[in-house]
Amino acid sequence: MALKVRRIENGTVLDHLPPGTAPLILDILDVDLEETTVLMAINVESSKMGRKDILKIEGKFLEEEEANRVALIAPNATVNIIRDYSVAEKFKVKPPERVEGVVKCPNPNCITNDEREPVEPVFIRESEDPLEYRCKYCERVIRAEQLREILRG
Amino acid sequence: MLKNRHVISVRDFTREEIETILEHSERMEKIYEKGDDRLSGKVLATLFFSPSTRTRLSFETAMLRLGGDVISLVGKEAASTAKGENLADTIRTVEKYCDVIVLRHPKEGAARLAAEYSSVPVINAGDGANQHPTQTFLDLYTIKKEKGKIEGLKVGLMGDLKYGRTVHSLAYALAMFGAEIHLISPEELRMPRYIVDELVEVGAADVEEHRDVEPILGELDVLYVIRIQKEMFPDPEEYERVKGSYRITRELIEEHARDDLIIMHPLPRVDEVEPEVDELPQARYFDQVRNGVIVRMALLDLLLGDAE
Repeated sequence: MALKVRRIENGTVLDHLPPGTAPLILDILDVDLEETTVLMAINVESSKMGRKDILKIEGKFLEEEEANRVALIAPNATVNIIRDYSVAEKFKVKPPERVEGVVKCPNPNCITNDEREPVEPVFIRESEDPLEYRCKYCERVIRAEQLREILRG
Repeated sequence: MLKNRHVISVRDFTREEIETILEHSERMEKIYEKGDDRLSGKVLATLFFSPSTRTRLSFETAMLRLGGDVISLVGKEAASTAKGENLADTIRTVEKYCDVIVLRHPKEGAARLAAEYSSVPVINAGDGANQHPTQTFLDLYTIKKEKGKIEGLKVGLMGDLKYGRTVHSLAYALAMFGAEIHLISPEELRMPRYIVDELVEVGAADVEEHRDVEPILGELDVLYVIRIQKEMFPDPEEYERVKGSYRITRELIEEHARDDLIIMHPLPRVDEVEPEVDELPQARYFDQVRNGVIVRMALLDLLLGDAE
């Protein structure tokens, strides 16, 4: 397969993202879009997945904790840390133990949905299989798929 | 262990900590009668953004019996104080007036948020449909006082198990203490699956679900009945379909229940326990009210006093 997006010198490559999810994933990562070069490939051919997205973020080395946020949308994503054009480190994302400020609580009566309150929604992992989270505030248990749907809007 | 702790959710407490509260409650029985001044100079603030007469009176009585003082902001007054002001700001103001805050709020998670902004302990007296931990403590205390133990008891929880906040926390705590839990409700008001699953994980001896109380009634040590709360239903039609769908009658108890069964109810009741049941030896719901004051005295003393 021809390389659709150019290689990066230093930074992070997120691979095996479900097709169409790259913009959303970029959205939940702390990337300064005014300063950072980002290469995004959507719906490229993949031998494993049929189609996939790839995200390359130049100059940013994703820490595991932040990278794990990606697992909410792309549970099978791989993270490649690139240094000097080669893969210095490679890992699979894992569901995060704590999801803070990324997803709104689906319970409309949760205090975190009151815009007047100085509070960010926080979800704590309740179980790994099935993957479920509990809102720290209203204590509702939310399935990971539900969080994914909220993220996808 | 409990000094200056926030009391937000039953989930924040270990079995050992709850046992400490129950044991300290036993010591409060005498003080309930005579009064005491161990919390003299301490101020309790009740902050009630949604109505509840009995919980507030219970906390205020508990504080007064221990020699403490009470300030109170309720209903419309609380709402107008908070006009335009968020809860976080209200809490940061009220904490300067008092040594402990008792909060009831219509939004779920309000007490957890309040605790994050308060340097004095916050006691959750109900946050929307979520938690009301002191109700659970007093229910456990009532069971232990009447039965001498909780572990292994067959406890029937009956009524609106879907929206009933009280039974969600109580079921969790009963599971923690190793009770055998029988969930009795109409099909539409079954306990949510994720809560049922959790009960077994937490340590319940067994969990069974029933549509009718009659077949299981003869086996139960405790029958805990709750009302259907209209305000908890998101859909008024759903409420109309299920209201009045279960009822404990004198006849039912006399025919099927054991003599040593105890019938509990968090009150107020609507029509799910008929008044004729009140005279039966099994009825304990008005004792629960007394126990509520005792348990809250114990809790306040553990949080604010030198009990530990």
